[in-house]
Amino acid sequence: MSAGQRALRPRFERVRAGRSRIRDLSEQHRSATIFIGMLIVTLLMIYLPKYPPFNGILREQSWFDAFANAGVYVLLAMGLNVVVGLAGLLDLGYAAFFAIGAYTYAYSNSPYSGLDLPFLPMLVIGAAVAAVFGIALGAPTLRLRGDYLAIMTLGFGEIVPIVFLNLENWTQGTNGIGGIFRPEELPGIGRFGALTPFAYFILMAGIVTIAMVFLYRLQDSRVGRAWNAIREDELAAAANGINTVTTKLLAFALGATTAGLAGVFSASKLTIVSPDQFYFTVSFTVLAMVILGGMGNIWGVAAGAFVVFMIQTVALKQLNTIKEGFHLQPLDLGPIHWDLAKIDFTSYQFLLYGVALVAMMLLRPEGLFPSQRRRRELHIADEMLADHLVDEAPVVIDEAAVASSLGETPGADETFDGTTRGDEPGGDR
Amino acid sequence: MNAIDEAHVLLADQVTKRFGGLIAVNKIDFTIPTQSIVSLIGPNGAGKTTFFNIIAGIYDPTAGRIEFGGETKIARSKRAWLEPLLWLIVPAILAVITIVLGTSGAPETVIAIGLFVTIITLLAVLVTGVARPPWYQRMLTRAGIFRSARPNDMVVAGLGRTFQNIRLFANMTAMENVLVGMHARMKASWLDALLSTPADRREEVSARVRARELLELVGLKGVDDELAKNLPYGDQRRLEIARALASNPTLLLLDEPTAGMNPRETQQLTDLISRLRRDLGLTILLIEHDMRVVMGISDRVTVLDHGEKIAEGTPDEVRRDPKVIEAYLGAPAV
Repeated sequence: MSAGQRALRPRFERVRAGRSRIRDLSEQHRSATIFIGMLIVTLLMIYLPKYPPFNGILREQSWFDAFANAGVYVLLAMGLNVVVGLAGLLDLGYAAFFAIGAYTYAYSNSPYSGLDLPFLPMLVIGAAVAAVFGIALGAPTLRLRGDYLAIMTLGFGEIVPIVFLNLENWTQGTNGIGGIFRPEELPGIGRFGALTPFAYFILMAGIVTIAMVFLYRLQDSRVGRAWNAIREDELAAAANGINTVTTKLLAFALGATTAGLAGVFSASKLTIVSPDQFYFTVSFTVLAMVILGGMGNIWGVAAGAFVVFMIQTVALKQLNTIKEGFHLQPLDLGPIHWDLAKIDFTSYQFLLYGVALVAMMLLRPEGLFPSQRRRRELHIADEMLADHLVDEAPVVIDEAAVASSLGETPGADETFDGTTRGDEPGGDR
Repeated sequence: MNAIDEAHVLLADQVTKRFGGLIAVNKIDFTIPTQSIVSLIGPNGAGKTTFFNIIAGIYDPTAGRIEFGGETKIARSKRAWLEPLLWLIVPAILAVITIVLGTSGAPETVIAIGLFVTIITLLAVLVTGVARPPWYQRMLTRAGIFRSARPNDMVVAGLGRTFQNIRLFANMTAMENVLVGMHARMKASWLDALLSTPADRREEVSARVRARELLELVGLKGVDDELAKNLPYGDQRRLEIARALASNPTLLLLDEPTAGMNPRETQQLTDLISRLRRDLGLTILLIEHDMRVVMGISDRVTVLDHGEKIAEGTPDEVRRDPKVIEAYLGAPAV
């Protein structure tokens, strides 16, 4: 260690101690931390669009609109994270529950059904209906493992939009159910309207905050530990008293509930539901968001979903605008004729997902914002190396062990608790 | 052999397990006296671990039954086909009522409510059938339906186990591993966790205290936050025992607890096992290859070979049994 490094050391230590103190504090008061964090994020989202460069990209109200739409995907990603990230069940048909929530709201609030039920109770009811379908799907099938479960959820995800498509008498088929009523005005946040998306945005911020508090509490509870245990080793989990079927069912139902909530919100915002909003691409998008964000880490997944959504809806359009500013000439190379001016970046969305996923798996498989646990799983080699460099424990030769392994009896004064970890000769990994 | 008496925690009656043409366990009668240490030995492939897994509820036996904690827990299922039919009875009645209402010209809302109630009932029954709470199992028994206990049911009934090839939750900390072991004895539901009720928080705190005690009991100090997979091999074995103890078992199954340990660690573990019996009043069933361990701490030894019980008795009796010597060393040695 050089002299310079030695001098740097105390500062690093201080910074590290400060960070760990903050981490401890936030772990002890997790709900309060989430409230404060979400409050800061929401305030930033309210005020940033007023200032450059953001006000040059979109109008203020359009930003709120984009944020509210992003919130739908944030909710979906957090819900799928319970199923995939916490309980380790690969769900490829997650959009089905999103569809069920959305159609539930469409039935309760549209000229088509003639009903006009209040919005906030419908949020709960839509989520409950989705949960019921989650249980109905999960109860007979959650005995399956791994790939088989994934294929089954894939099938369910295909069935649901097709059922909505073909039950024309009840769902108006491809046209979908339109003219869905917007939520009634809530005190303090104003009217819900196409031109006034601020109310949607604030409501969504509230829903995401509450969902996040609940999910963190679940993750740190007995149930969360059980999910984790099942993800690690299902047989060992069962042999330790965990009812694996009901525990997995709970994860599935909670994931469906969150998707149902997102569905109700989305239907009330778009004012139309149609089967093509819920095809496999939605399930895939959400799964990609979960993986890119950092599977298993609740805030990481939420942030990942937000970033991905904003890139896909705002950044790609912005790229189009920038490109138009260049007034590119068509590229003519004999047989190859490439009109650069006609490239539409927004249609490259799924190509970008593909590239991002491949790059992510190669460079940072744990995601952008990984949970501690995932990082430890995937980077154990580096970490072990670091550990060895930090505490080079002195090698202690244990005479009693040597003696006993040579056939003599161990010392009579030796107690079980008398050994420390450092001097275990059998400590090979 | 009849009903279990006070002196025994577990009774196996003519337990048989067949895998295709292979008879892994053949008509084994077996009892474990309360607060004893019983060892199960035999050459490789003798069916020890299969028998173990039957007791733990992982395999269903082909024939025979196992009584644990005063009732038959494990046996071939009886009239299991009746169970799904039972599920359908109540929803079917509701459906019929709804249909009758529909044909007799009841208003649409009544029919809608009827349908709704039917579907919800069907779901509730389905979930109950999947979750199988204790009252539901008692109800089934009364209806003459028997289904073999699953591993988690056996844990609830008071059985703890370890695995031959350590199966810790590798990426969870030592503390979390033990807390998972307590799962069956904790009461907080997911709703308690959502609302973070005082009862839930109290339980969580006391569980952590108890987990720390258990870790110290098996000789693991200061490794609470260490990942299970980063622990040395011997410590992993001990952690697995701590995890099995976390469910407050009356019977502890240890599958080759000293496999891969050096003589000193073996000695320490042997001491721990006898201490567990003495201090916690546990009954212990042990599979072990190390004869020094087996002969040193067992009250009784049962020898399996080719799925059959060939000898049973005190360590000294078994040691002198010609059949045992033959099984281990081959016929010419006798």
